[in-house]
Amino acid sequence: MKTLWLRSAMIGLWFAFLTLPLVGFRTDFLEKTFEFRPWPLLGVFAVTSLFAFGWSFISSRPAEEKGLFEAFGPVSGVQQRLTSKPTLLVLLALMLVLPLVTSGYQTGILITALTYIVLGLGLNIVVGVAGLLDLGYVAFYAVGAYSYGLLSQQFDLGFWVVLPVAGVLAALLGILLGIPVLRLRGDYLAIVTLGFGEIIRLVLENWGEVTGGPSGISGIEKPSIPGVTLDFQQQNQFLYYLILGLAFLAIWVNHRLQNSRLGRSWLALREDEIAAEAMGINLTQTKLKAFALGAFWAGVVGVFFAAKSSFINPASFTFHESAIILSIVVLGGMGSIVGVVIAAVLLILLPEYLRFLQEYRMLIFGAVMVLMMVFRPEGLIKNPRPLYRIPKKDGPS
Amino acid sequence: MPEWASYLVEIFFSGLTRGSIYALIALGYTMVYGILGLINFAHGEVYMIGAFVGLIFASLFSIMGLPIWAIFVLAMLAAMVWSGAYGYTIEQVAYKPLRKAPRLAPLISAIGMSIFLREYVILAQSADFRAFPAMFESLPDLGDFGDFLQPSELVIITTVFVVLAGLFYLIKFTKTGRAMRAIAQDREMAMLLGVDADKVISMTFILGSALAAIGAVLISTQMGQINYNIGFIVGIKAFTAAVLGGIGSIGGAALGGLVLGLTEAFAAGYLSSDYEDVFAFMVLVLILIFKPSGLLGKHHVEKV
Repeated sequence: MKTLWLRSAMIGLWFAFLTLPLVGFRTDFLEKTFEFRPWPLLGVFAVTSLFAFGWSFISSRPAEEKGLFEAFGPVSGVQQRLTSKPTLLVLLALMLVLPLVTSGYQTGILITALTYIVLGLGLNIVVGVAGLLDLGYVAFYAVGAYSYGLLSQQFDLGFWVVLPVAGVLAALLGILLGIPVLRLRGDYLAIVTLGFGEIIRLVLENWGEVTGGPSGISGIEKPSIPGVTLDFQQQNQFLYYLILGLAFLAIWVNHRLQNSRLGRSWLALREDEIAAEAMGINLTQTKLKAFALGAFWAGVVGVFFAAKSSFINPASFTFHESAIILSIVVLGGMGSIVGVVIAAVLLILLPEYLRFLQEYRMLIFGAVMVLMMVFRPEGLIKNPRPLYRIPKKDGPS
Repeated sequence: MPEWASYLVEIFFSGLTRGSIYALIALGYTMVYGILGLINFAHGEVYMIGAFVGLIFASLFSIMGLPIWAIFVLAMLAAMVWSGAYGYTIEQVAYKPLRKAPRLAPLISAIGMSIFLREYVILAQSADFRAFPAMFESLPDLGDFGDFLQPSELVIITTVFVVLAGLFYLIKFTKTGRAMRAIAQDREMAMLLGVDADKVISMTFILGSALAAIGAVLISTQMGQINYNIGFIVGIKAFTAAVLGGIGSIGGAALGGLVLGLTEAFAAGYLSSDYEDVFAFMVLVLILIFKPSGLLGKHHVEKV
């Protein structure tokens, strides 16, 4: 116990040393001022020592007591409880009633969370199921948003027309990107998709005549129901039900794909490309289908996003956005639909409800991401690997 | 010298300067990737922290009234020490527990770490641009060469080439370097032969981070200002450079950095400065399509 305290104090000292220049000093060479701030340093020492103590206390306990991080229970149990019929019905009813009883602000947050559920499910097809690491997913999202922005303003097309059109456009772009990069594996694929995402953003930013440059497009029409005029609050609720519908559609599609021929070949691809090819799976087609389908959802959500905010600019489509969507997929547990939904809700609501921590909230958000990965690297809900049992034949053996 | 030739050479040197900084940071990515097979997404933030530590110590020493060269050297040493310490700590906290985890887990942990470090710098220092002491301003003019070569560029290029030569020596001829190469080739075998893998991995992180700090102090002095966001774009570019050269290859990272820097400079100088980043990524995509293992990368044939 005593050595544990000593060790923790040493770790605290180490972090105090680490933060010495950035936290302890503040200088301005133009004004020739120099300030030493001992109290924040002491704070760093205290917090990190306690944290180190807690950490080693947990990891030093004997194995059978280690239940703390398994407190989520056996994972399949969570999944079973969450996907049982009565729970789903209650959840559905709750989701339908929520916007009628909460404030417009809360509905707005829920709309954002649902948007990310659909984005996460779209990327889940590419990264989680097919195992193709895509770091430029936001590009397709941007394409959807700009398609609606431009088509509605230049050609006077309505929301309902553009919704599928933009999805198809994004899917085509996904195929276009997919063809040259199919030969690349793993991390090379990651960096090319990242580069592709940046190219799209930079083009949007610099091609001022068409895209409006950094100031983007404003005054985009909100979606409407023909013949009905909506006031502000009803508009908000309508958007909510719209994205709720999209989310259910996305969940349904993902669910149906999971056990289809295509879904199984994606899984095979993720586990071992060479073995999959040897089993007669057409790699090119299977990969392109994953890219196209993932991009389709991003395009559709992009249209929704443009319609919801009625203003878009390139700043909404940075790498940071791709990173958040990817985090949803990995935090949720690769390939698990329930996991993606939970992770999207957590990642969007957490910063929202951490607002009382003010400027510390993003700091804590980053730390939570690291800790989550350290303690549950396979994600919140581990997707059980499909298992097929060959029925035993009766008879002597 | 005719004007067009002088312009060409000027662009060449500006590209070389930029490229040598990319090369320094790309080395950090490529060494870690070679050993752990991990994209260290927090590397750009280590670079940014190096710039801030350099700023703080440079200001401190300039208030104390030290001569310029001493300020420069001491600030750079301090930046290297603290960047190395951050690199080491990041590895211990965010990557080491994840050695046996699924492939994407360390990547997410790195993204989280990167968010954390940016916010930490905003909280500890500020979210605004901070002026960085322009220590190269007092350098003497280069006479006839001054038309196309800035004295600051000369200092940066020379420093980087000296550092690179030192690094190659370290990797090729010292015991540490041999251990690093052994681990990169086959970690289990190296461990069986008595190489302390944990120690070598820590060394790699410290070395890569210190290199990034050198690049950070050099380029910040030339630019004259820094903020918490500088690590992101430089990090992406440097990673691009590492992939361009063939990730895992030390010489490839250096070459990739120079190619990327020159491409950007020529694209900005002759085509359009708005699209210089687009050209950089286009070159990457084209090279990967026609030579998927990068310029100097070895092509691995996968065996079943």
